[in-house]
Amino acid sequence: MPLSPSEPLIRARGLVKTFGDFTAVDGIDVDVHPGESFGFLGPNGAGKSSTMRMIGCVSPPTGGSLRILGMDPGTQGPAIRARLGVVPQRDSLDEELTVEENIWVYGRYFGLPRPVVRERAAELLEFAQLSERARSVVEPLSGGMKRRLTIARALVNTPQILLLDEPTTGLDPQARHVLWDRLFRLKREGVTLVLTTHYMDEAEQLCDRLVVMDHGRIVAEGSPRALIAEHSTREVLELRFDTHDHTAHLADVDGIADRVEVLPDRLLLYTPDGESAQSEIARRGIEPLSSLVRRSTLEDVFLHLTGRTLVD
Amino acid sequence: MAVLERISRVPAGAGMARMLVERNYRSSRRTWSIIVSGFFEPVFFLFAMGVGIGALVGDVATGDGRLVPYVVFVAPALLAASAMNGAIFDSTTNVFFKLKYARLYDSVLSTPLGPRDIAVGEISWALLRGVVYSGAFLAVAVAAGAVTTWTAVLAVPAASLIGWAFASVGMATTTYMRTWSDFEYVQLAILPMFLFSATFFPLSTYPPVLQWVVQATPLYHGVAMVRDLMLDEVGAGMLVHVGYLVGMGLLGTAWTALRIERLLLR
Repeated sequence: MPLSPSEPLIRARGLVKTFGDFTAVDGIDVDVHPGESFGFLGPNGAGKSSTMRMIGCVSPPTGGSLRILGMDPGTQGPAIRARLGVVPQRDSLDEELTVEENIWVYGRYFGLPRPVVRERAAELLEFAQLSERARSVVEPLSGGMKRRLTIARALVNTPQILLLDEPTTGLDPQARHVLWDRLFRLKREGVTLVLTTHYMDEAEQLCDRLVVMDHGRIVAEGSPRALIAEHSTREVLELRFDTHDHTAHLADVDGIADRVEVLPDRLLLYTPDGESAQSEIARRGIEPLSSLVRRSTLEDVFLHLTGRTLVD
Repeated sequence: MAVLERISRVPAGAGMARMLVERNYRSSRRTWSIIVSGFFEPVFFLFAMGVGIGALVGDVATGDGRLVPYVVFVAPALLAASAMNGAIFDSTTNVFFKLKYARLYDSVLSTPLGPRDIAVGEISWALLRGVVYSGAFLAVAVAAGAVTTWTAVLAVPAASLIGWAFASVGMATTTYMRTWSDFEYVQLAILPMFLFSATFFPLSTYPPVLQWVVQATPLYHGVAMVRDLMLDEVGAGMLVHVGYLVGMGLLGTAWTALRIERLLLR
């Protein structure tokens, strides 16, 4: 059945995944539209990867409904997978093959003819900035290079949807920026990106729209900016004190901010105007070790929604 | 019946198992030394047992009661065993590495290929390896004067049947392995079969009870099948041998596909 123009590329309703007694995904609704860059944000164990595996048609849903590209993953898995690109959390490159052979062989799994695969491989290695390493074996490549090769490989079938499970976890900052740059280019070319991450900056950089997941459920949904506007204030004042329990300083800052969060090592004061909050602290004669005004991020949204930090 | 119903529900995939064979061929070009070494083992046995010990043994009676030199008697058995060894090596050690360490099948399942494609592809590759070994062995056997009839050519397709039967059950068994030391059990099954499946001496050597035991094992049927072909003594018993090995191949392939699904499509 062809996809009608109004139907989303991915539509999940009440999607559930359980493993024995453990519920990994607990009834989520998701719509991803063509050309969109969509993110699943949440801590480890929130159910992001289980959701991605169901969308990738390698994990049958336990309950609810799921349609991808207008098709049913249960019965049309091969046809759906033919139009997906998958970048798994752990690189699963074929270490018995060279860099270019990895792309050739992967393209052959999609039934692409040999000349097409060779042509695509040359383009993709250029895109992944790996042309000079084409004939090298995979093993000595750096983490960033392997990640880029995994992405290049996932693009060999010119997928309509690219699934990226924690694309930059474990990479150094420079390698992350190179990777983000490549993903931006794909997004501009109209590829629909679906990614999971537990990095706030990554979600803010890459996602047009995202859902925040916790314990298998969706706790918030929207654009990064809308989520911050809805669940946080414009600015945050961070205060550190010389103490082992920051709860003791709660009374000091009473009434200064809309909301206060206590972390093990600091207090977070949520306020539309960080600088006036800072001067009020000074006026009261409170002397923290450090005091910093910053803009709200998705991290604050997550903290507010779940009471926990993302990376612990 | 419930089992058949369950097997029929294993996702088939896109029917592109041959792409996995192509992948293995490409990767094997860099590890050809391992493939070559597998060829020499039965050749060494042919000369040590067939030619060397054969000189002491003298002639042996075949199933039809003819007397043939010992090397002519033992060569078909070594050919059958080389098909088994090639298939078992590939479907156990190599598959285990790809399954647990290289995680090859995780990435393959992200493409249109499904569990049945993986089972068929890997088993075909192991089977092909068995055929290459037995073909090369046949050439050596001809040179050593151990081949007396043109029907011996049919031993090569027969070896593919042996390869299929052992590769499929070998791969299914491998999906249960946890560590490398579990492979000692494979050796524990393979070695007695190699030695006692009427390979080096005729079935009539055993007391009747043991004859039944030997005839229940798969390598016995492989050896008997290849021996009938290489001695040009094909009879109705051939149907039993072929039927046994085809049944084992079908069962092993379905079992492998089911296990791959259970392990990887969770």
